[in-house]
Amino acid sequence: MRAFLIAAMLMLAACAQQPPRDDALYRDLGGREGIAQIVEGMLLNVAGDRRISAHFQKVDIVRLRVMLIDYFSQETGGPQDYTGDTLEESHKGMDLSPTDFNALVENLQAAMSVQGVPVRTQNQLLARLAPKRHEVIDK
Amino acid sequence: MTRMWIGALCALLPFVAMAGEGRLLATSGATSLEGAAGGGIMPWAVLSGYGERGEWGADAFATRVETGDYRLDAVGVAAAYGNRVEFSYARQRFDLGTLARDLSLPEKTLSQDILGVKVRLFGDLVYDRLPQVSLGVLHKRQRDFQIPALVGAARREDTEGYLAASRLFLGGAFGYNLLVNGNLRYSRANELGLLGFGGDRRDKHSVLKEGSVAILFDPHWALGVEYREKPDNLSFAGESDWSDVFVGYFPNKRIAFVLAYARLGEIATLDEQNGAYLSVQGSF
Ligand code: HEM
Repeated sequence: MRAFLIAAMLMLAACAQQPPRDDALYRDLGGREGIAQIVEGMLLNVAGDRRISAHFQKVDIVRLRVMLIDYFSQETGGPQDYTGDTLEESHKGMDLSPTDFNALVENLQAAMSVQGVPVRTQNQLLARLAPKRHEVIDK
Repeated sequence: MTRMWIGALCALLPFVAMAGEGRLLATSGATSLEGAAGGGIMPWAVLSGYGERGEWGADAFATRVETGDYRLDAVGVAAAYGNRVEFSYARQRFDLGTLARDLSLPEKTLSQDILGVKVRLFGDLVYDRLPQVSLGVLHKRQRDFQIPALVGAARREDTEGYLAASRLFLGGAFGYNLLVNGNLRYSRANELGLLGFGGDRRDKHSVLKEGSVAILFDPHWALGVEYREKPDNLSFAGESDWSDVFVGYFPNKRIAFVLAYARLGEIATLDEQNGAYLSVQGSF
């Protein structure tokens, strides 16, 4: 049992290494088309989520949609480059909390599930976004 | 002392009514046998309930372990504020079953109360560069000390501490989320404290290692293993390390179930005490 645990921890150390930067995740998410559907689903969920919808009330959603698609594409190895502001810049003054952040994560997860994105692919996208949390909250 | 603690927890209830659900599903784990948030047989660095910064979280649990010769029941409550500090209370009752019959013991059960405090020192289970690291203290008090004293236990009441580190690796196991936890515990409790603290063989605290690994097959289901070192303070019987294999089911942020197969080894002279572990937890 103990040997198994140690083996599991070693395996984990190997798994925790950064994956190579290729476009595998971009393709797994269905390319620009798939990502567009995920972003649209997420924004719809957000609009109906009273925990965070207020933040999006006065926002140009048409522009935000494109910006998020570009951003997700870039982060998952797609060909498009994100041309918007830095995350720190674009969330300034919102004073987002860890709770707000997780609420958005839940809306994103729900959108991906509806699109039939497998759990393992969902996790990989979340793993790319999670390290950005400190650029978004408490600004 | 115990009554005071329960009073304090009840006083918290009005705040719990405004409890938050700011953390992600399953990231508060289950409740360990000793009342602290964690796995089954050990605490993890996570705090009870789903409260994030500025929010309360709380849970109540009931657990039963059946080994054939023995039965252990544990119930308790815990509350945490701000994903920072957790207070817990648990009552354990150990049914001596076979042993009580065979030896016509003066008591058929052993019980203890456990008060706990856990503080998250730094890090975050999911987001930080550092793993979530928490420091916990458990104060345990044996309620039926006659049998423990008879078999050589040195004291009926004791305090122990633990340092826990937990990390959820998103997509860490072939794309599935992976939870890894390691503890160092400083304790001299015999069989959790059910057989008192310290003994004729050794009356000092030991540093004990504990670890667990779990894979989340989706946000609702976890499969994992745990291993816990135990001290060996009493000469009348050996005390085995514990391990288990568990399945956790988190249908939503209100309720969770854990079913496990626990290998508890030798307990008070009876060997091969392996069996089923079932736990239900409600979160508020
Ligand atoms: C890692 C997580 C996040 C990422 C990657 C992200 C990404 C982005 C991007 C790329 C933009 C567009 C910036 C621009 O227009 O130049 C944006 C804007 C925005 N984000 Fe986020 N965001 C995240 C988390 C959040 C959270 C948690 C909230 C609120 C709950 C939020 C609310 C907003 C709002 C309201 C805007 C529109 C700002 C405006 O146009 O005035 N974001 N985000």
